[in-house]
Amino acid sequence: MVEVQSLSKAFRDKKRGLIRAVDGVSFRCAPGQIYGLLGVNGAGKTTTLRMLATILQPTSGTAKVAGHDIVAAPELVRANVGFLSTATALYDRLTARELVEYFGRLNGMPDSRVRERVDSIFALLDMNEFRDRRCGKLSTGMKQKVSIARALVHDPVVMIFDEPTLGLDVLTARTIVGFIRDCRTRGKTVIFSSHVMSEVEKLCDVIAIIHGGRILAEGTLAQLRERTGLMDLEEVFVKIVEGQP
Amino acid sequence: MKLRDLGVVYRKELRDLLRDRRTIISMIVVPLLLMPLLSAGVGAVALHQVKEVMKETFSVMVLGGDDSPTTLAELRKLENLEFVAAAPDFKQQIADKKIRAAVEIPPGFDAALQNGPPATIKIYDYEGEFKSETATRTLRDFFSDWQDTTVAQRLAQRNLTSDFIHPFNVETTNVAPPEKVSGNLLGSLLPYIILITCLTGAIYPAVDLTAGEKERGTMETLLSSPVKRIDLALGKCLTVMTVSLTTMGLSLLSCGVSLLLVRTYGANMMRNNGLPLDLNPMALVGAFAIMVPMSLFFSSLLLSIGLFARSSKEANTYMQPLMIMMIFPAMISLLPGFELNEVRAVIPVVNVSLLCKEIFSGTYHWNYIAIVGISSCLYAGAALAAAVALFKRESVIFRA
Repeated sequence: MVEVQSLSKAFRDKKRGLIRAVDGVSFRCAPGQIYGLLGVNGAGKTTTLRMLATILQPTSGTAKVAGHDIVAAPELVRANVGFLSTATALYDRLTARELVEYFGRLNGMPDSRVRERVDSIFALLDMNEFRDRRCGKLSTGMKQKVSIARALVHDPVVMIFDEPTLGLDVLTARTIVGFIRDCRTRGKTVIFSSHVMSEVEKLCDVIAIIHGGRILAEGTLAQLRERTGLMDLEEVFVKIVEGQP
Repeated sequence: MKLRDLGVVYRKELRDLLRDRRTIISMIVVPLLLMPLLSAGVGAVALHQVKEVMKETFSVMVLGGDDSPTTLAELRKLENLEFVAAAPDFKQQIADKKIRAAVEIPPGFDAALQNGPPATIKIYDYEGEFKSETATRTLRDFFSDWQDTTVAQRLAQRNLTSDFIHPFNVETTNVAPPEKVSGNLLGSLLPYIILITCLTGAIYPAVDLTAGEKERGTMETLLSSPVKRIDLALGKCLTVMTVSLTTMGLSLLSCGVSLLLVRTYGANMMRNNGLPLDLNPMALVGAFAIMVPMSLFFSSLLLSIGLFARSSKEANTYMQPLMIMMIFPAMISLLPGFELNEVRAVIPVVNVSLLCKEIFSGTYHWNYIAIVGISSCLYAGAALAAAVALFKRESVIFRA
């Protein structure tokens, strides 16, 4: 379960002054649900998700992730979250196996449990072929699998994906999308951000249109269509964003 | 702070770094190979050059002296000088290195030697020019001997012994142990080498583990794990410190081995040049111990800078002025006359440089050792606290 309450983040920029990257965002996402943040670049998606993953601290407001407050107990939140974004790269000089094991240990898992878990994930994601190859030598698709394994190693109840398919080819992107669906099936709470309409359309149970740091509209695809009287999600998105002063 | 987390981070960072060829080169290859090769190479070239100069004969011009045949005849016996005919532009010729020196013998010099007033021999040389100075030294030595001979003759004529002009003797006895004598020489150079290798050894890993991680996008991955930031900072710091101390230790070791080889195989040569090269192994251990907090200080400082930088390139730009800022205080051991006092014992870098110098010369002032040790630990602690604080600041980690 993720409950976000008027989460805000302001940065001070030398040229532009105070920037409200995220401005009073509130939403809930239940287990077994995929909540999608749809927005253009700079809409505040990444900042919101980074705050939920406690990589950034909110300026005001807070959120409860898996029952823990992101401000009061960031370490407990991180222990229950799997965070995957285009910015979360891998250590090139570690092998796939070493990397996933490292993050297992960082999550406080005992060595025996780490090995067990790595074995099962590597089998599940069909990664045994390249388990002892260094991450720097892997293809983009293989790297993405390692990243998934890394985010999954501690079996988190909440998964946060920040534009996970950005810059990936069609086949690799499909693997990711399939994996996100799989997370829902297994009852995880999934927060997902993208600016790709088709992905959001296919995956998300609830879609939030975020722009200028604020959620402008929220609902199922059907609800959004009804509200705007348009069928195509892109048209829906443009109408909602442009309807703002 | 969790010790296990710290250990997990430390082991991973060290393994990661050791798989990087650049770390291996700067940590192991350079100290082990380059240092002795460089010192041996420079030494050999310098020695060769000195020998060449010694073999050479120098053109020297004699001005005047036509009425002093005795002096001239003695002067011409000098083997490594070649005398050329007098010319009025001798100063220019010295400057042009056509001749190396000129000696002016005043009129009636031979006669004045018998009973006249003291005459003045003038030598013209080009100061700072090695060959000119060598020629001049030969001339001065000759005239000094010539003066002694003359004095001896005068004393003999008056039936006096040399005691007449030597009413008493002055004798200096060296009470310093042999290591102290050599310590003064090595002790000035080694602290500088130690401090600089300790600093340079930390630069690459510190940048790689901070700005390098930002650049490669692994910082965000790392920060998404539940490990506390303090454990990440400490684990990284310990890694940098390990590399820094290894670089320093290996440099020290290779210096020691080079010295040992020079002493074994170049003993004659060294004795001739009066280079005592004894070094107490305990002094090396002591120096290493005092360098541990120093290494922590450097590591934390460099980590902070690396963390602040957006990229390795930016970090390396900051390293240049830092290096220059550190080289000068480290060099204080090379300057004569600087000794530890209450003030210098608390100035970072300067204190360790001077303390190492003392240790290498076999002096153990325990009160200074305590002051330097405690102040170094305090500086290291402050730098470490700063690095940990920076690690917790998102405006630094995500600096746009």
